[in-house]
Amino acid sequence: MGGLENRFPDNVFFSTTDSIINWSRKSSLWPETFGIACCAIEMISAGCSRYDLDRFGVVFRPSPRQSDVMIIAGTVTKKFAPVVVRLYHQMPEPRWVVAMGTCAISGGVYNTYAVVQGSELIVPVDVHVPGCPPRPEALMHGLLVLQEKIMRTHVLRKDPEHAAAEV
Amino acid sequence: MLLDYLPVFLMVAVAIGLCLFILAMGSLLRPSNPYPEKNRPYECGVDHTGEAAGGLFQVQYFVVAILFVVFDVEAMFLFPWAVVLQEIGFIGYLEMFVFIFLLLVGFAYAWIKGALEWED
Repeated sequence: MGGLENRFPDNVFFSTTDSIINWSRKSSLWPETFGIACCAIEMISAGCSRYDLDRFGVVFRPSPRQSDVMIIAGTVTKKFAPVVVRLYHQMPEPRWVVAMGTCAISGGVYNTYAVVQGSELIVPVDVHVPGCPPRPEALMHGLLVLQEKIMRTHVLRKDPEHAAAEV
Repeated sequence: MLLDYLPVFLMVAVAIGLCLFILAMGSLLRPSNPYPEKNRPYECGVDHTGEAAGGLFQVQYFVVAILFVVFDVEAMFLFPWAVVLQEIGFIGYLEMFVFIFLLLVGFAYAWIKGALEWED
């Protein structure tokens, strides 16, 4: 079904509805339990009780079917890139990607034939969290930035960028 | 008399209505964009191997379950029924035949499916 997205004008009713929908989406960001390299240790730390990502509604899920955020936490080798892409495609929409750490952002120190030079090349990345590895606070900040981004999306209202692309 | 149950009916109606409302709202609001890569069975992102990879595999166990109900559970119920046959009277006698008839349907089904054939 679906079919109500980006169809309605900007007015009090639809902007309020959008903000409720966006609020519910940003308050239940469920990332995949998906750590590739050492950044995953910081991601695990951020999820555990000391940093406690749960209070932002960020609850790690074991399957992409149940999640809507993919935190690329580590070096994406070219051999592993198809798996990352498939896991991205297997998440239900709306879905977001956080590239965590220098390796995921640009390949980092691994400027070699075997490493993808930035996960931007294989999946659409929403937030980049710099660091090698980023501290849990940095990941937390990245997720809060993602929440701000989600609050700005147009769900029922017409999307100006989308409309411009259609014309 | 039936009016005494009005709160129960109301609760059932509200529960069903709420479920329908939530499902309808969800199906209207959520993005719907299925494509083959998304619909693939989830296998940790790797290609599938093995006999279940095609998405279909044979479920043999249910025939065994039917035979178990037909032969074993039936006997299990027949013994206590035979013990109290005098007390439960004609109605109880008939009810066991209804039960046996229902099991016969399952028995015929299992027979037609070839579950009784002995194969090497």
